[in-house]
Parts: sequence; structure tokens; C-alpha cells
Amino acid sequence: MQQEAQDKAVGSVRAWEMGVAVLFLVFGAVVMWDSWRIGARWGDDGPQAGYFPFYVGLFIVVSAVMILINAARMGAEAGAPFVTRGQLRMVLTVLIPSIVYVFLIDNPWLPLGIYVPSAIFIAAFMRFLGKYGWIKIAIISIGVMIAFFMMFEIWFQVPLPKGPLEAAFGYA
Amino acid sequence: MHEIQSLIGGFQVALSWFNVLLMLAGITLGVIIGVLPGLGGANGVAILLPLTFSMAQQPGGQTSAIILLSCIYWGALFGGAITSILFNIPGEPWSVATTFDGYPLAQKGRAGTALTASFTSSFFGALIGVLLITFLSPIVASFALRFGPPEFFAVYLLTFCAFVGMSKGSPFKTIAAMMLGFALAAVGIDTVTGQLRLTFGFTELLKGFDFLIAVIGLFGIGEILLTIEEGLEFKGARAKLNMKVVLETWKELPRYWKTSLRSATVGCLMGIVPGGATPASFMSYGLAKKMSKNGDKFGTGVVEGVVAPETAAHAAGTSALLPMITLGVPGSPTAAVLLGGLLIWGLQPGPLLFTEKPDFVWGLIASMYLGNIAGLIVVLTCVPLFAAILRVPFAIIAPLILVICAIGAYTVHNSMFDVYMMLVFGVMGYVFKKLDYPMAPLVLALVLGDNAENGFRQSMLLSGGDLRIFYSNGLVGGMTSLALLLLFWPLISRLLGKVRGSKRAA
Repeated sequence: MQQEAQDKAVGSVRAWEMGVAVLFLVFGAVVMWDSWRIGARWGDDGPQAGYFPFYVGLFIVVSAVMILINAARMGAEAGAPFVTRGQLRMVLTVLIPSIVYVFLIDNPWLPLGIYVPSAIFIAAFMRFLGKYGWIKIAIISIGVMIAFFMMFEIWFQVPLPKGPLEAAFGYA
Repeated sequence: MHEIQSLIGGFQVALSWFNVLLMLAGITLGVIIGVLPGLGGANGVAILLPLTFSMAQQPGGQTSAIILLSCIYWGALFGGAITSILFNIPGEPWSVATTFDGYPLAQKGRAGTALTASFTSSFFGALIGVLLITFLSPIVASFALRFGPPEFFAVYLLTFCAFVGMSKGSPFKTIAAMMLGFALAAVGIDTVTGQLRLTFGFTELLKGFDFLIAVIGLFGIGEILLTIEEGLEFKGARAKLNMKVVLETWKELPRYWKTSLRSATVGCLMGIVPGGATPASFMSYGLAKKMSKNGDKFGTGVVEGVVAPETAAHAAGTSALLPMITLGVPGSPTAAVLLGGLLIWGLQPGPLLFTEKPDFVWGLIASMYLGNIAGLIVVLTCVPLFAAILRVPFAIIAPLILVICAIGAYTVHNSMFDVYMMLVFGVMGYVFKKLDYPMAPLVLALVLGDNAENGFRQSMLLSGGDLRIFYSNGLVGGMTSLALLLLFWPLISRLLGKVRGSKRAA
């Protein structure tokens, strides 16, 4: 029962194919519209700013329509699942923490810098996906970030975003 | 021979202790990058690019920086073969053909033979590619000195039409992906009129999109998402590589000299054309299968089936740098990233580079010879070490790669907006890869978009809006015709197939 639910498709290949094509269509139309707005014709001094992008948008729209037509005419393989529920869950277990991670680095309320969220991010993965013990987690996540800190801030002198913890040690 | 003299000068530049050290470091780093999921030649170089900023400002530093980055590229090319053979995971699209015979060989317990054969043929292919660059690029560069805007636009046109003509999948998807790249390249301030294009009032969009961010997101994050979908573990064959296996394989390899030479030729020819490495590897595999005595055994694990695609892929990967240094038109995403590096260090790639910065160009070319020799030694001696990297559990390696990608994206412009964009490109890369949208044309359009547009506008200014300027002389006309032929090739080949098919039916 559980397994069946995991194998269930989240949309067929055709559905995703068409969805992406529609996104392309909308994007192309927006590009054309904005280019037309700033002038996509032949000015006194040559092509106007929107000239080139206008045709780029046109090409996108035409290709998107062709992709839509091809998707509609696809054979049996179009019914195949694009991604199963179990697969999508795996993808989201990486994607959602990544978004949270980037948000922790820099947000208007409490920007933590890159080092602390990175350590938390690695630790969380090791804990929830790898089921490691806390000591191992601490050694790897903190050790890696100290190595990165040395490499970027001290050797290569490429400053990365820093937060309150780094400030407490005198690096801002 | 003028080239030989320049090359000797180049060796003197490349053979300083510091540069040799960088070479070894670059190769090692490159192999690691090539072996890790989510990191490949293009995004690996993109992530490390910011670390070279300060290096390039020292005297002679630009040469050291390009040596480091190009050696990472060679290393990544070698590394791709390791994952294909041991784990049946092609690290790069052009390693796919290597898995056909490489993985069966490994399953039969002959992983060492397969690896040695693949490394040696890669080296041979790359060597032929570098020889081509050494002798052909000065000629191409001096020829290109006479290029005007229409000629340059014709070269760009050829580049992009080649992607359509060479694509395996739907040509419309290639065009859509490419045009998306062009549209993203147009975002921001128009350099000619100063007008804002496609910014819709967002100040973050004023600077436009940097292709390095796209490369890191599409190839890095996208790849990680795809890998995780398949589960958390890699199952691979054990690699044992000792001197005995290496020598035995080397004794066997000269038997396949015909295959090697043929594949190298195919690779070089296809490599100069953008997007050529992948078709080159498939094509030479197919040719070898057709022309070899034991062609019917291909796919069950024959050494020749590893030699053919690897030689071609590396010959192509190497000669892809030829249009990059001579014309400033990269043929692959990785070449584009290297080109981006040159621009950031204050060098203008193109025909003038040969006359203005001979030290740099010939140092780079000499380092290609040395880097590949160093690469062969490093991979032959350290395979078990590199294979061990893939056995590090995914729960550690995945977050680490994501962190590295985030840092890489941030350091390009010190902007957090870029890091968010990287995630967006990552999701895009995941969906595109699953639906077979090609990513190389997208990246190249994003890199070359502004140049291509400027070439077009300047040509139009010259001619007063008359498109016939692209047929105004033999050179530009020839290139334009070739481009159009390639653009409509999917259509033409389908028609040809129909004609042939109906003949057979009749």
C-alpha cells in the first residue's frame, strides 16, 4: 500500500512537457511585449533597443507552439510518469532545506552569514538522511566550515557573508 | 617554423615551478570535480574562477590562472571516465558512449584494463587536439584579423545553428533553450541605447544575468536533484590498478591504432564545431563498431569500444578551445567559462590575443601538452583514491556540494540575489534535463548574446538594414550558407530519409 503510493506519478511526461511549453509561450510573449514597448522597429540610427529581443521572443513563441503540438501528438511514452511521488519526495528533501539554507544566510531579519548556516545545513543532512552520531556530525560540519573560513577569508582573501558569530570573533 | 619557436617560448613560461605545481593541483582538483555528482568541468571551473581574481593581478598571473583552470578542465575530462566505467554514471554527456563497453568490462573484473585504455586514449585524443591547436590556431587567428562585424555575426550564427543541426532531440527544444539564453542575456541596460530591457522595474535585474550563475545552477544544483531522485547510494565496481595491468593494456592498445586515429580525426573535426563532443563520441563508437573485425562483440565489454569514444571525446573537448582562443567564440559551456575568466582578468579573447599576448597564448598551449601528461600520470596512479570519493556517503557529499555551489554563486558578484537565482536555475536544470531540453545552447546564448546582438546591429548599420550584407563576399556568404544548412539539417535529413525510405519500399 505504502509502496504503491510512492510509485504514483506526479503528472505524466506529456503534462509536464505541455506545462513547460506553456511557460515558454508566456515568457516569449512577455519578451515580445516588453521589446515592442521600448521600440522594436528600425529607428533613425539603426535598429532600436527592442529589435533583437523582439525576434528572440518571437522564436520562443513559435518553438513553444511546435513543442506543444509535438507533445499533443506524442505516442504511448507520453503517458509515462514524469516523476513518481517517492522521487519527488527525495528531490524536495534536498530542495526545501536548500531554500531555507539560502534564506538563513541572508534575510532582512537575522542574516547569519554563510558559515553558520552551512554547518547547520551539513549537520541536518547527516542527522536526518545519514543517521550519524552527533560527535561525527560536529567534527565534519564544523571542521569543514573552519577549513572553508581559512581558505576564503585568510588565504584567498575572498570575503563571504558573515553574521553575528564571526563578528564575535572580530571578523565583520 | 614560427609555431615551434613560439611553443618553446610557451614551455619556458609553463615550466616554472609555480606553474607546474598549479598544473598538478588543477588536475587533481579537476578529477575530483569530475568524479563528484553535481560538479563537472563547467560549473567546477565557474566556482573556482573567483579564486583566481587576485592571482591574475600579479605579473604573469593571468597565465598561471588559465593554467590552473584549464588543468581543472583536463582533470574533469579524465574524471568523467572513472565514473562511467566504475559506476555506469556518465559524468558528462560525452562519457555516455564510454559506459557502453567500459561498464561491462568493469563487471567482468577488468576495470583496470578499461580505465587504462580510457585514460591512454583520452591522452592520445587530447594530444592530437593540442597539435591541431598549435598549428592551426595561429592561421585561424591571422585570418580572423580581417573579420568585420558581418563575419563575426556569421560565426555566431554558425555556432548557434550548429547546435540545432547537431542536436539529437527535438530541434524546437534546442531553439527554445537557446532563445531563452538570448532573452536572459538581453535583460538589463542595453549597451547601445542605454535603455532598460526586460527589467520590469526590478533593480536586481539591472545588471542582467551572469552565465556563471546559470552554469552553477543548471549543471550543479540540477544534477544533484537528478541524482538524489535515484536514491542515496552509488553502487560501483572496485578499481584495482597496478603497473602490471597498465603495461598489459598498453601492449594491447597499439592494435587499435586505426580506431584511435579515426576517432581522433572525427573528434577534432567535430570539436571545432560547437556542441560537437557528444556527437563525436557516439559517431566514432558507431564507426568503430561498423569497421572493427569484432564489431558484433561491441557492448559486451571490448577494449576497442572504450578507445573509440574516449579518444574522440577528448580530441573534441580539446579542439573546442580553438575557436575560443582564436575567435573568442567558445564551443562548449566549459570553454565559455574559461572565456569568461579571460574577460574578468582583463584579456580580450580573439584574434588580437595572439599578437598582443603571445606569452599568455603560447603558455596556455604549452600547458595543454604538459597538463595532459601530468593528468595521465595522476589518474593512473590515483584511481583507487578518486573512486573512494564516490563511496563517501551521499548524506555528507550532497550538502557539501550544495554549500560549495552557493559559495561559488555568491563570489561571482558578491551578491545574494545570485544565490537565489542559482536555486531557480537549479530547478530549471532539473526539469529541462528530464524533458531533454539541451543546456549547452542556453549557456552559450547567455554568454554570447550581447556580442551576437552587437555583431548583428553593427552589420545592419553598415548595410543600412539590408540583410544581403551576410552574402556580400565569399567568406561571409559561405559561413551564412553553412549555418543555414545546419539550421535546417533536421528537416533536410528527415526529407532525405523519406526519399530513401520510399525508394526502399518501391
